[in-house]
Amino acid sequence: MGEFNNNFILGCSAIGAGLAVIAGIGPGVGQGIAAGHAAAAVGRNPGAKSDVTSTMLLGQAVAETTGLYGLLIAMLLLFVKPLLP
Amino acid sequence: MGQGIMLSGAADIDFMIHGVFPYQLFGQTVWITTTHVCVLIVMLVIVAFCIAANRVIKHASDVPGTFQNIVEMVVEMLDKMVGGVMGKFSPQFRNYISTIFIFILLSNISGLFGLRPPTADYGVTLPMGIMTFTLIHFNKFRYQKVKGVIAGLCDPWPIWAPINIIGDVAVPISLSLRLFANVLSGTVMMALVYALLSKIAIIWPAALHVYFDLFSGAIQTYVFCMLTMTYITDACTTE
Repeated sequence: MGEFNNNFILGCSAIGAGLAVIAGIGPGVGQGIAAGHAAAAVGRNPGAKSDVTSTMLLGQAVAETTGLYGLLIAMLLLFVKPLLP
Repeated sequence: MGQGIMLSGAADIDFMIHGVFPYQLFGQTVWITTTHVCVLIVMLVIVAFCIAANRVIKHASDVPGTFQNIVEMVVEMLDKMVGGVMGKFSPQFRNYISTIFIFILLSNISGLFGLRPPTADYGVTLPMGIMTFTLIHFNKFRYQKVKGVIAGLCDPWPIWAPINIIGDVAVPISLSLRLFANVLSGTVMMALVYALLSKIAIIWPAALHVYFDLFSGAIQTYVFCMLTMTYITDACTTE
């Protein structure tokens, strides 16, 4: 009781890292929606293709941030190992 | 046993920042790291380019040569980008925006040349975020005056002020973390490919380099500069 060894902590860190990258679902869906609407916009107005593309990429990169936070947490858990005593 | 992740060849995974040599500063041991070395190399490349460009532009000819054409193209492109977003405020800021654009772009691309990208170190991107933060608030006070800043803080109602303050503080953090995490994820991916698949990593990692270093690096550079410009223009505009 109350006494965990390092392997247990590392295993739990790995599980936590796996859970943290589930955050990637949100940006994936969001970027897909953005890309879909951009494709529709280009289809309606092919002349504005470069504007639409740059706006889409900007919005997607901003939407990506939350996924990257999850990635950072996973990286911290796996490589920096803050939970080890 | 129990040390790190158990993967075959896990000992070869290397994407961390390494210390090169330590020195004493005010009684503290401070390290010169690989990031400093890579920033210095990137800086030397930029300075060499600038000296060459300065020499060419001073003796500019009516029929431009190859190098003069490239310099003019770069400057025109950056001017157009800044002018398109900032409008009448662009003359004051295009030097700064162009500087960080070129620096971040070359830093991100330096992964192609075997360096560890300097922007994959939070100590490089956080100062950039803080610079943007300083510029935003300096210009807010300059153009909107204290009255406008307070009015913006109490936007719907005065009770909203703490949330607005949190929103202001989150700007540099999210800006710098976005750039850092994107470049770091590319670096980690390439390190994993080279370490774990070292037997079959022969030519095809070049395609990954194109995506992670060139495409992702260029997009993130564009996004960082675009957001900086948008925020600054927002702060300069008075209703």
